[in-house]
Amino acid sequence: MAATRSYNSNPARIPALGARAFALLLLSLLLMFLDHRDNHLDTVRNAISAAIYPIRVLVDAPSRLLAKAGEIIESRDELQRENDRLTDEILLTAPRLQQLSALRAENARLRGLLDARQRVPDEVRVVEIMAVDANPFRHSIVLDLGSNDGVYDGQAVIDADGIIGQVMQTGPMTADAILISDPGHALLVEVNRNGLRTVAYGTGEFGRLDLPGLPNNADIRAGDLLVTSGLGGTFPSGYPVAVVNTVTRIPQEAFADVTATPSAALDQVREVMLIWSSRREDEIAAKADDDE
Amino acid sequence: MSKFRAVSNLPVLVTIVVALMLTMMPLPDSIAAFRPDWVALIMIFWALNIPRSYSVGAAWIAGVFVDVTQGTLLGQYALALCAITYITVKFHLLMRVFPLLQLTATVFALLALYQFLLFWINGVAGVNAPAVSYWGPVLTGALIWPPLYSFMSRMLYRVQSGN
Repeated sequence: MAATRSYNSNPARIPALGARAFALLLLSLLLMFLDHRDNHLDTVRNAISAAIYPIRVLVDAPSRLLAKAGEIIESRDELQRENDRLTDEILLTAPRLQQLSALRAENARLRGLLDARQRVPDEVRVVEIMAVDANPFRHSIVLDLGSNDGVYDGQAVIDADGIIGQVMQTGPMTADAILISDPGHALLVEVNRNGLRTVAYGTGEFGRLDLPGLPNNADIRAGDLLVTSGLGGTFPSGYPVAVVNTVTRIPQEAFADVTATPSAALDQVREVMLIWSSRREDEIAAKADDDE
Repeated sequence: MSKFRAVSNLPVLVTIVVALMLTMMPLPDSIAAFRPDWVALIMIFWALNIPRSYSVGAAWIAGVFVDVTQGTLLGQYALALCAITYITVKFHLLMRVFPLLQLTATVFALLALYQFLLFWINGVAGVNAPAVSYWGPVLTGALIWPPLYSFMSRMLYRVQSGN
């Protein structure tokens, strides 16, 4: 009796440790199950994400300050050079833009002739990437814009050169986006030259996508530009994704071994653009019509 | 008995927030896989020293926060942290008298278990990541443990003795 008492009053004994640990273990399993099945836990995640936002801003601050400081102490020469370069770029792109409006008008006219649906231009907004590291097991970035600003799950993220990825989880002020190079990411593309449709899978390397679904006799060659086909509904069509790098045809295999290099510099961007796809607005409108 | 004076929550909270910040801090891609798991190390330390106030419950809450900052499955880090904290608390009297080298080896084993749990959950959820993102943090975590331990112990001693 005395022995049990002294054991119980042992200052090192933590009451009900095993039971608590077991309960929490079950709770985490339940959480993971719910989170994986469907996004049942978005409210929980959003609340914690809002609580974490100040920490994220704090972590992001040094690199933001450095960038600001860099802007301030940049020498006049450098600014002049950058200004010249940008002016040249504008001069080069302006004629193309003029052409673009003419082409767009022509396209609309032709589509009208074919009775095809008009394409509505997508709305685009520039977003900064926060300098915080996220998921160590995936290729992901944190965007400085959240559901408060209308960001939604599955939204396409692009930069000046092409598709970067898509939004995976939205918090109130921030959003996590997954890059197209993540091994769990697949994206519906077509070859710009001939419209051949296929799927581009991420490999876990920033500079390589795999296209495993192409038969040996497929009309594809190195240098072909892959653009989004818009078929999955996630990405709007016609944005550049990657350039085919190598095509290896092994006679006894059913499929060719095709790799491509993403057009966008996935690991170097600091600012990206979010696309509010017009198709999604159509869907919302259609849903609203259904509800009525 | 001043040595056993309860530690206020502030130092623990501060270290956990700092650990979260270090977890989020941007690193070059080449070494990002070798980022030590700061939150796990900090939780092992507190579970070792003040297991009465900070054990599985605190580890679980910290884990949920890590899950949200990392964008992993909600509950993934919580489960792993909870498991290693449970083992640490269970054997904290034994581990306290370990010489530093042996303690470091134990921490290495705990971190390995931690990463294995993460790996296992990733496998069930269908996330495949390069192997280095699992063993990298174990290696650097065990390397950083001795200096971290002596620094934190000194800090804890100061807080406890009221300086």
